[in-house]
Amino acid sequence: MTAVTVGQAFQQGLAEEMEADDRIFVLGTDLFIRGGHFAQVKGIGPRFGHDRVIDTPISEAAMVAAGVGAALNGMRPLIDLNFIDFAFGAMDEIANQAAKSSYLWGRPVPMVIRASSGVALYSAQHNNSLEAWFMHMPGLITVMPSNAADTKGIIKSALRSDDPVIFLMHKRLTGVRGEVGGPDELVPLGRAAIARPGSDVTIVSSGIVVNKVVKAAEVLASEGVEAEVIDLRTIFPLDAQLIEGSVRKTGRALVVTEEPPFASVASEIAAMVQEEVFDYLDAPVQRVTAAHSPIPHSPGLMEALIPQVETIVSAVRGSVERWPSTEA
Amino acid sequence: MINEPQIINEALSETHEQLAAADRPSEDGLLEIDISGLPAGELVKWLEDMVLIREFEEALEPLTLSGKIPGSVHQASGQEAVAVGVVRALRPGDIVASPHRPHHHALAKGLTPRAVMAELWGRATGCAGGRGGTMHLIDFSLGYFGSNGIVGAALGIAMGAALAAKLRQNGQVCVGFFGDGGANTGRTWEFVNFATVEKLPLIVVCENNQYAVETWIRREMVGGTIAERAIGFGLPASQVDGQDIAAVYAATVEARERAAAGGGPTFIEAVTYRYRGHNTGEVINYRTEDEVEHWRATRDPVERLRSSLERLGQLRPGQFEEIVAGASAVVQDSIEFSESSPVPDPATAGDRVLVTPFDEKGLA
Repeated sequence: MTAVTVGQAFQQGLAEEMEADDRIFVLGTDLFIRGGHFAQVKGIGPRFGHDRVIDTPISEAAMVAAGVGAALNGMRPLIDLNFIDFAFGAMDEIANQAAKSSYLWGRPVPMVIRASSGVALYSAQHNNSLEAWFMHMPGLITVMPSNAADTKGIIKSALRSDDPVIFLMHKRLTGVRGEVGGPDELVPLGRAAIARPGSDVTIVSSGIVVNKVVKAAEVLASEGVEAEVIDLRTIFPLDAQLIEGSVRKTGRALVVTEEPPFASVASEIAAMVQEEVFDYLDAPVQRVTAAHSPIPHSPGLMEALIPQVETIVSAVRGSVERWPSTEA
Repeated sequence: MINEPQIINEALSETHEQLAAADRPSEDGLLEIDISGLPAGELVKWLEDMVLIREFEEALEPLTLSGKIPGSVHQASGQEAVAVGVVRALRPGDIVASPHRPHHHALAKGLTPRAVMAELWGRATGCAGGRGGTMHLIDFSLGYFGSNGIVGAALGIAMGAALAAKLRQNGQVCVGFFGDGGANTGRTWEFVNFATVEKLPLIVVCENNQYAVETWIRREMVGGTIAERAIGFGLPASQVDGQDIAAVYAATVEARERAAAGGGPTFIEAVTYRYRGHNTGEVINYRTEDEVEHWRATRDPVERLRSSLERLGQLRPGQFEEIVAGASAVVQDSIEFSESSPVPDPATAGDRVLVTPFDEKGLA
């Protein structure tokens, strides 16, 4: 099995599903020839034709409305917004139309909105972390894979789901390589994964941050602290069972995300852990997030605002030192 | 009593009355319509549809004010010819989506008065099981793709449904309604542009009833008519008398033929008028009673069709009164049905948010 990039994994998963289900089409800007800003659908246009890969004007409301209406009328659209920041221009269509139809009318909207997300270059207006916005909105599923295999497996599940799915691909993961599964290997929505087993502290993260956490876990292991790293994969519905089971075992939890801290995914998980497994905790649940700040252009400024391997390591060290484990 | 209109935009020097007088047809009596091009055998049924809508809408004010219908609703009394004229030009599998003033579209599309009324009452027997209310009516089986609470949004749903119809090549034509208020939201023109570029089988119907809530279109839009604005997007666009069912029908028939033949969307601005306020219970101080009465006296869509049918001998003496009595009885039945219908089970209030299972912790 050969390793492919995250972008290629997405293309593979999409193409396989498009072959299997002619209701799936892709719609967005600069897709057919360019393949999108991240080459995320490169080659899909020529392969499937203009009825399956539809280029649009820069009209985000129209793009998502086209998806909602088409989904209600029997299709399974994948709407590509390029950057998740562009969802601001289509927020009514996402939050008030796509997310409400199942509840109000009993007809779900089987639509995937794919967008690149996460903190990378190009400053404040292209680097909003909106996963908590979507998590907050009843009627949406939000996913955020961290590697090639999950990207392929989750896009396949998303395209088969009857619910609207926000599919967030971290910009800095686009070219990262990994092995992927075959046409019949799906990664279910709503299921997290253990990226690294451990016994001393549970560290929850998603997307590219998982890679930083795994590196931090290696540093911690050299100091005698074994971290269990949980890769959320799906932001909502949360895999509470896996997280809680891990914290019962380790007695310590840390959530690491690239988003601003207030009313965040990290806050939600921290609240859930203390509500559900308080008795098992040796220490308060910690959050390591980005600052409450827009993202700047200059790389040094940008990196200063988001979690790094060292900040994750020192957060765990600080927890262990201040609240040592109490062995039963 | 005549209320003084309140002019809030001082940048425009003409008064409401000066502009309204310029808009006003000079005729005093009921303006005749030409129904010679309409399918003669069906017109009494069309009239029945319009009368049913009028009776339905006129019954709602006391029901909302007494609290039997929770909240207020948006009535379309006066706009019947737009709904019936458009829908009668469609085929059964065609799709309609409505904005927040939707009862006339829904009833014209075949939803029963019981299903709509019970939905307004929030009852389990309503077309959305009591979850939607006036702004979220639904019946996919009838091609009614919902009323919508957000200005302009229904056009987007119709546009997307039209994209599906084009891709599936199933012959459906879709109609998206919006109002004069929706002509000033940017998304409307995103939808019109995309539909035109993609030659979607869409009929864009702007129901210009002159007032966006309390804001007169003449105070918030310059540069010509809404239809003239649409012309710039490169699709056929025309303004029709929305109080003339023959004109609405003819424009829609032409638009439907164009859409079905792959000729893309058409824009129809139907100039109409609502007799009631924006919502039930509204105190109207932004237009004069004189203005309302003038529209009723010269252009009432029900009276114009009735008058034409009587003139041509297609409606016998007393038949109109029978139609009104019949419609009134149907509406009364829908009220009794709603009153006796069960409320939805509170235990189901959080159901169906997603198809994918999750619990209160979010666990899949």
